[in-house]
Amino acid sequence: MLKRTPLFETHVAAGARLVDFGGWEMPVNYGSQIEEHHAVRRDAGLFDVSHMCPVDVLGPGAKPFLRYLVANNVDKLTSAGKALYTAMLNESGGCVDDLIIYFFADDRYRIVVNAGTAEKDLAWIERVRAAGGFNVAITPRRDLAMIAVQGPNARAKFWQVRPQTRAATESLGAFFAADLGNLFVARTGYTGEDGFEVMVPADEAPALWRDLAAIGVAPCGLGARDTLRLEAGMNLYGQDMDDSVSPLESGLGWTVDLGGDRDFSGRAALEKAKAAGGLRKLVGLRLLDKGVLRAHQAVTTPYGAGEITSGTFSPTLQVSIALARVPGAVALGDQLTVDLRGRPARVQVVKYPFVRHGKALI
Amino acid sequence: MNVPADLKYTASHEWVRKEADGTVTIGITDFAQEALGDVVFVELPEVGRKVAAEEACAVVESVKAASDIYAPLAGVVTAANDALKDAPEGVNADAYAAWMFRLKPDNAAALDALLSPEAYKQNVAAQK
Repeated sequence: MLKRTPLFETHVAAGARLVDFGGWEMPVNYGSQIEEHHAVRRDAGLFDVSHMCPVDVLGPGAKPFLRYLVANNVDKLTSAGKALYTAMLNESGGCVDDLIIYFFADDRYRIVVNAGTAEKDLAWIERVRAAGGFNVAITPRRDLAMIAVQGPNARAKFWQVRPQTRAATESLGAFFAADLGNLFVARTGYTGEDGFEVMVPADEAPALWRDLAAIGVAPCGLGARDTLRLEAGMNLYGQDMDDSVSPLESGLGWTVDLGGDRDFSGRAALEKAKAAGGLRKLVGLRLLDKGVLRAHQAVTTPYGAGEITSGTFSPTLQVSIALARVPGAVALGDQLTVDLRGRPARVQVVKYPFVRHGKALI
Repeated sequence: MNVPADLKYTASHEWVRKEADGTVTIGITDFAQEALGDVVFVELPEVGRKVAAEEACAVVESVKAASDIYAPLAGVVTAANDALKDAPEGVNADAYAAWMFRLKPDNAAALDALLSPEAYKQNVAAQK
């Protein structure tokens, strides 16, 4: 049987179309996913992201553990509540998952991992912990639900229903969080818009959802979540990268800190790969002909074959966009061809993100 | 699920309406549009094209997937609803108003062999 979040009954009552996502029964839409997408870009939308897994990392060994565990550097986290986006790598430099780390103290961090990879991640984390003898307690927080409120009016609407949080969260900068005890509010998201991701005890989630929906925040499903994140140029684990490919070939080089001599899982493999050269890269594509670009479609370039990792029709841009892994020599502005259901279609290499804060960037 | 009583249907979720001039009008059902999600492109057959029964001759592309539309009868395409090219979302708004193309069937009697509304409903229920 599929797993259900604390908001399952709420989704059913709202007429959600439910699908299997990483073993969870989740809403893909509540009607038109395109309308849900527009609601987030123009106003505010509501996402149940309780399938993702918050994990507390506590103890005197927390900081040295995380310095080793992930490719980005938690030394950068010097203010309480500051967050970091990173990949976690295996010994071959492949991506075990991507995650966000929130810092509160050298012995107190919270990380959030993806739904479909949570079991794999926890096993990996324990393996690394044990192998290094790190003095740290790893606690998955399945007692918490998580709701994302995203859009230009998202924060204001959240304060409307939870005014008591305003004082502590109003001055949060982007990529900062506040731990308010029974509420954890982070100014993060997966849409390219402003907003909060809020963690609450599971039994308080339906009330928070209901209160936000009642003031017009639009329930949004995984369909809109995917078109929003792709427009925002954000990777999706399992599509844009996985265990077999490194962050360097997944557009995530900016999340890898190879400065200094900090050893981290996968570092040696990355350095070897960089030295060897010939790395592929992730690029943005815009379809010039009619149709929709989709994952796994073959890309033809003057330098060799490539493949689309994620594709969709962009509701904001009204054109199809994609991320694709291609030979490193491919350049911005190049025109390539994609095999679209058996016929060659023209695409242009564009920079990404494609959209940010409601505005087209391409 | 909306299944109008005055139409015929196929197992691949097309609806078919017999016109007074002997042509048939074809679209996709309410069940199909809901399963597809938001439609963003519709590719229609060219007027004059000859099609065989069950030949894939049109494409409905939604955000989720591309779906072939099959000619319910053998015949010649006599019209295509070009309005759908600019407003593909019409398919979601009203699947029975958003006709896709018209055919002059080779054999008018073949229409009788298509599914009745009841048979189509049973067909859909069995698929669930």
